[in-house]
Amino acid sequence: MSQISVTRSTLLKDLRMEWRSKDAINSMLFFSLLVVVIFSFAFNPTAEESRQIAGGLVWVAFLFAAVVALNQTWARELRNQVLDAYRVSPAPPNALFLAKVLGNFLFVVILETLMAPLFVVFYQLRSVGPVWQLVVVALLGTWALVVNGTFFAALSIRTRSREIMLPLILFPISIPALLAMVDSTTTILTGDGTPDFWLKMLLVYDVVFTLVCLLLFETVLNAE
Amino acid sequence: MKSLSIAFVIFTLALLGFSTYQALVVAPTEQTMGEVQRIFYYHVPSAWVAGLCFAVNFLASVVYLWKRSLNADAVAAASAEVGVVFCTIVLITGPIWARPVWGIWWTWDARLTTTLVLWLIYVSYLVLRRFAAGGQTQVLAAALAIFGFVDVPIVYMSIRWFRTQHPQPVMGGGQNSGLAPEMLHAFLWNLLAFTFVGICFIVARYRLQLMENKVEAAHAQLALQGGAR
Repeated sequence: MSQISVTRSTLLKDLRMEWRSKDAINSMLFFSLLVVVIFSFAFNPTAEESRQIAGGLVWVAFLFAAVVALNQTWARELRNQVLDAYRVSPAPPNALFLAKVLGNFLFVVILETLMAPLFVVFYQLRSVGPVWQLVVVALLGTWALVVNGTFFAALSIRTRSREIMLPLILFPISIPALLAMVDSTTTILTGDGTPDFWLKMLLVYDVVFTLVCLLLFETVLNAE
Repeated sequence: MKSLSIAFVIFTLALLGFSTYQALVVAPTEQTMGEVQRIFYYHVPSAWVAGLCFAVNFLASVVYLWKRSLNADAVAAASAEVGVVFCTIVLITGPIWARPVWGIWWTWDARLTTTLVLWLIYVSYLVLRRFAAGGQTQVLAAALAIFGFVDVPIVYMSIRWFRTQHPQPVMGGGQNSGLAPEMLHAFLWNLLAFTFVGICFIVARYRLQLMENKVEAAHAQLALQGGAR
């Protein structure tokens, strides 16, 4: 089977299952809604203040919410030994990995699209800089979180107390990406300077870690 | 072998004693910072050893993935643990030095933040090693080690940019700008001594890891025999 057809069929299977159960997207949505509401109570910011802190709030909320979906990525394949079946099949491991990454990427992007209006309403956000740049930040940043997150979910699924393990190993590695996302979002919202450096950095981070993931995924999948 | 390692430990201890004497007695007191500057002779060598350990950890992890040798994995485990210890020393001695000199315990400066993130990454590595189940530990740990090592330059770059946009605290008396010869002398001795201490720790921890592996294998064997009975 070719790379593309494996990726496509795995992705479509995941999307269909998600469409029918809506487990991941619902729990992510409710989780980030809670974060929005609780932070709004906790800080009660004015419009100017929220422009300063929104970058941090938005991305912390999405990061925590993404972990919910990422944790479920491989759990499903563990039942009925699907992952073992995959290992003995001749299908390329990276095709499976890419399908999972694309699936998670789609879920998190949908979450962000649905949550963005809520952030605007609760925090009275109005961007000073160009809004399309926020979209670029969101796409690059989400890929950075999801590509490493999917890989580390495959690591943590093999450990004891797997649900706790994922954030413990994902967050330290993601610090530069998170910093780039938060700072570029703040820069765009306040219109104070340009986010060019951060966008380039996110791009470098994405490329470097996508390559590392693709390089190591087969090894991790076949770890005994 | 045994007498050789005892000789090595004795040599290291002697070297450490001599370098401590150099740092605390021979080296002159710094003009502006005073006695507290002597922490420099411990702070920087510790950072050096930590960096060395993490580099060894990366190389050993790559070798493990390539050759699948358990010895390489033991080296990786040992060096990560020792590296975290020395990194902790750096993170503790740093604020003790910064407080009287800069007037603050901590600042989100590029080097400080990178060291902290480095520490976080390798602590997460140790956590993963502790929690991974059975024979998968080595592969999972080696994969994470590669991620961690690749991340370090990116962290440094990003934080340098993040901080250069903001005013930085004044660095009191740059320690690298023209070190007095006696100070350099004491510093180099300490660097050497700490490197030897680091090697001692890694070798000891490496042997311990090999023993642990043996004990684990024996337990597994016992369980198998028990199952057959």
